[in-house]
Amino acid sequence: MTATLVEAPPASPPKLRSRAVVGRARSWPARVAFGVFAATLVALPGLLGDPASVRQWAEWLCYAMVAVGLDLAWGYGGMLALGQGLFFGLGAYAMGMHLSLEQVPDGALPEFMGLYSDYTELPLLWRPFSSFWFAATAAIIVPVLFAGLLGLLVFKRRIRGPFFAILTQATAVIFALVLVGNLKLTAGYNGLTGFTKVFGRSKYDPGTGTWLFTIAAAGLLVVLAVAMKVVNSRYGKLLQATRDSEDRVRFLGYDPAIVKTVAFCIAAGMAGLAGAIAAPVFGIVSPGQFDYLPSILFICWVAVGGRGTLWGAVVGAIAVNWARVTVSAARPDDWQYLQGLLFVLVLAFVPGGLAGVVRSLWFRVAAGRGAAPAAPPAATPAEVTT
Amino acid sequence: MRAKGSWRLPIAGIVGAALLAAGCSSSSSTVDTGGAAQKSGAGNTVKVGVLQSLSGTMAISEVAVRDSALLAIKEINASGGVLGKQVEPLVEDGESKPEVFATKSEKLITNDKVAVVFGGWTSSSRKAMKPVVEGTKSLLFYPVQYEGLEVSPNIFYTGATTNQQIIPALDYLKEKSLTKIFLVGSDYVFPRTANKEIKAYAAANGIEVLGEEYLQLGDTNVQGIVSKVLAAKPQAVFNTLNGDSNVSFFKELKAKGNTTDAIQTVSVSIAEEEVPGIGVDNLVGHLVSWNYYQTTDNPRNKAFVAAYKKEYGADKPTSDPMQSGYNSVYIWKAAVDKAGSFDVEKVKAAAAGIILETPEGTLTVDAKNHHVFKTARIGMINAQGQIDEVWSSGEPIAPDPCLDTYTWAAGLATGQARAECDRVK
Amino acid sequence: MSTLLGNLYIGLTLASIFLLVGLGLTFTFGQMGVINLAHGEFIMAGAYVPFVLQTTVFASLQGVALLVALPVAFVVAGLLGLVLERVLLRRMYDRPLDTLLVTFGVSLLLQQAAKSIFSANNKDVVTPTFLRGQWNVLGVSMTHARLFVVVLVLAALAGVWVFLNQLPAGRRMRAVMQNRDLAAVSGLPTGRVDGTTFFLGSGLAGIAGVAVALIGPIGFGTGTAYILSAFLVVIVGGFGKLRGAIIAAVVLGVLNAYVEHFTSSTIGKAAVFAFVILFLQFRPNGIVSLKTRGLTA
Repeated sequence: MTATLVEAPPASPPKLRSRAVVGRARSWPARVAFGVFAATLVALPGLLGDPASVRQWAEWLCYAMVAVGLDLAWGYGGMLALGQGLFFGLGAYAMGMHLSLEQVPDGALPEFMGLYSDYTELPLLWRPFSSFWFAATAAIIVPVLFAGLLGLLVFKRRIRGPFFAILTQATAVIFALVLVGNLKLTAGYNGLTGFTKVFGRSKYDPGTGTWLFTIAAAGLLVVLAVAMKVVNSRYGKLLQATRDSEDRVRFLGYDPAIVKTVAFCIAAGMAGLAGAIAAPVFGIVSPGQFDYLPSILFICWVAVGGRGTLWGAVVGAIAVNWARVTVSAARPDDWQYLQGLLFVLVLAFVPGGLAGVVRSLWFRVAAGRGAAPAAPPAATPAEVTT
Repeated sequence: MRAKGSWRLPIAGIVGAALLAAGCSSSSSTVDTGGAAQKSGAGNTVKVGVLQSLSGTMAISEVAVRDSALLAIKEINASGGVLGKQVEPLVEDGESKPEVFATKSEKLITNDKVAVVFGGWTSSSRKAMKPVVEGTKSLLFYPVQYEGLEVSPNIFYTGATTNQQIIPALDYLKEKSLTKIFLVGSDYVFPRTANKEIKAYAAANGIEVLGEEYLQLGDTNVQGIVSKVLAAKPQAVFNTLNGDSNVSFFKELKAKGNTTDAIQTVSVSIAEEEVPGIGVDNLVGHLVSWNYYQTTDNPRNKAFVAAYKKEYGADKPTSDPMQSGYNSVYIWKAAVDKAGSFDVEKVKAAAAGIILETPEGTLTVDAKNHHVFKTARIGMINAQGQIDEVWSSGEPIAPDPCLDTYTWAAGLATGQARAECDRVK
Repeated sequence: MSTLLGNLYIGLTLASIFLLVGLGLTFTFGQMGVINLAHGEFIMAGAYVPFVLQTTVFASLQGVALLVALPVAFVVAGLLGLVLERVLLRRMYDRPLDTLLVTFGVSLLLQQAAKSIFSANNKDVVTPTFLRGQWNVLGVSMTHARLFVVVLVLAALAGVWVFLNQLPAGRRMRAVMQNRDLAAVSGLPTGRVDGTTFFLGSGLAGIAGVAVALIGPIGFGTGTAYILSAFLVVIVGGFGKLRGAIIAAVVLGVLNAYVEHFTSSTIGKAAVFAFVILFLQFRPNGIVSLKTRGLTA
């Protein structure tokens, strides 16, 4: 009962608002949108021109990947995962270890080990990461396995809502603590850095930025395509049903724990992939990037963009980061007012996020022309209650 | 419910408009100032980047460094600028996050085409910017004391390296025969490396290290560590704690009735700036090791302190890192003037051997390792929250970031880092 | 022996801080399911109060300033909480998890505001003479400042207990906490009760702020240092239950102290978080959870 009290205070009746989230939209508009988006990404480096902006966009595309995964877990699955930094970080460290080894001759120790450790040869944990394919695979598999284990434990025990949120937050905190505490293996608080060579290229060649951008863009398109497939599949419907009423799903003979764990794993895998691509883009992988605060920010991006719509997640991650960079350059001392205000206003007053606004505008226009039925259903965005 | 719907559009409008306005203002601020795709040095102004954390945990320390760099720029502009051009600072917030330092330094260098970047505080922020400035062959001035064992062709280190701060402090302890010491530090790279050096020094100089404990950066749960320190009964604590942990640490030490007669402490991360926040009461009589204090007695410093207080308020103290941030700008100006150009390679070449009158005294830039000669000063915190010099090395100590001149330091750096060091030997 | 006792003392004083920072959150969380991330900033606001009083009104009376700061901080933080509830959270009771994110935004705003008002530097609260010094009991030295925090938390607990069990307003609060619908149909003004709860819960954060000002830093980031501990107490303790919160704080504090003593500060901290994750496997709703016939409990 306590849980219900928290999750859906009886002050408002249980909602049946799952429709209009995405549903199985006719597939051609989605495909067209996808195509247009892909074309935009292809053209973008040319439009941006300067290498720093291209690199910055590559960073935001990585964030967008995390956001899409998170949207799957939260927007569609109702799991408020506040520790996504853990999975992003696992992916980033896997690739970061490979990149650190790429900077030095075969078999040599990464630079930081010469400073902070007494190792004379490469520790066992590090050895396999000299292979790119191992690192790339580990960047995705390790987060998925970890999420699977954690998810099964947590969801089988029916840990939900705020308890789940804080628990995932705790995992991110532990991850950062472990990284900081193991200076010799992880370079501690400073993190892995000095990636001047990335996959055989010089990182600061003008072409490398565009090349990394292309990889990030491809990664995002793959993630997005997978997410769309998942959302529109039978499983996707089951996931949304679990979000809206876990008990009914259970009575229908499904195990909600499995349903949720699968989504949690997919989200973790996407975050891992994003981390692996982000490592060379950032040029640094350090614990602070994966602690609980960045993890909360991930969620805020999805909320601003519009949860429960995959495009919303992509747009949210890019838009919020664009705003952060732009506003903090213009007002370095007090830009945080604007960021705080943005989160407050959007979440309190526009829970559907940017996607919700676009959608309700669209329906208003349509209703004005008399071409569509009354708008209200779609104007009320999915409100996640679990 | 319906009421909520009516809110949405106006709010979305406000948010959108605010973002748009901010976006426009920022792009206009770069356009105004000398043309979009301008190479640094063209036109009437030259752009420089000032990148410090203005938000997040490190803002406590870094805001003041930003302020002192801006003061230097203002003074230089008032006296005619550099090579006849006004210096235009582009300030960015590093957000206390190393990845943001990496991103924003690259943006400053490649987009804004700044001639030089002044910034960084934590070692992680420096390590994050190092590959960027090396890769883009540009210039960074890093203003804070650090753990050494690093050299870069593209970074000038205007704060102390270990042989100008930590080793003199150890020499001082040895001289005062405070030979039983306890090491307390924050759990990150500077304290860990510093303590490794301290232990090597101790082993070679008959100093006994009774214990070594670390706190998470920002952790205020100090009781365990303080009780371990008190139980070990050292004569002195060598303190490399950073930031907030210092506050709790000294409050607890004082509350437990410790006096400097029982256990003295030497801190390397507490300057005038931090003293009021920790509480003068809790710090009186404790030692710190720096190269500059607000009380350092010379005419150049009097002018600096007066100018700083005039600009930012009479209650604002000046400190070593602020002074190094301030000096950084002047060193760069001197090098540019000497080179007659803003070109990075020419400036680097010209910087070698520059001699400058600064608030900490006469300062020389080392031609090879890009560090500066500094006088080591041990100070004692007085009841006014100022720091009185109790010992000084007398003359500037040559920077030795790789500790090549100390036999006990052999083997502290191996591999890549050693190779870098050998290149500038 | 004395190390064992000494660490018990450390654990208990740590527990008193955990409990003090978590107590208010237990209420706002328990009653309304609101995870208030701005709770840390209410603590921060409370911590600035003695600083302001010591430097302005009571410039020469540091002890008086500190004692006066307690009720003032309670009201200041309480009002902040009330405003937050009235302006924002009120419209979000059907979306409890969103409140977490909204309050995150609020915490960013409050931190920035503190930086604008008080500058980025830490401030210091002078420990008044009656809180200096220490007692030695069985070889354990107990500082007056820490004991003051313990006394403060005991007083806060007593006050809360009296309020909940003896006063009509407290009974109303419990009624709403246990069954909002039933309370509403019985004619209780649930909206007003919510406001009271938030005022009280946030006010307790203000008092916690005064306490931590004595032992730790006072700056715009003060809240972030304590918010996680507050969460852990609430999550482990269960909703709105004093008993649960007390047990949780003591267990976490003592665990932290002993693990830290035998290993390191970092591992001590990690152990606490790991313990919480494990613990939730066995008690998914905390130590003390309301027993009901609800389907999803």
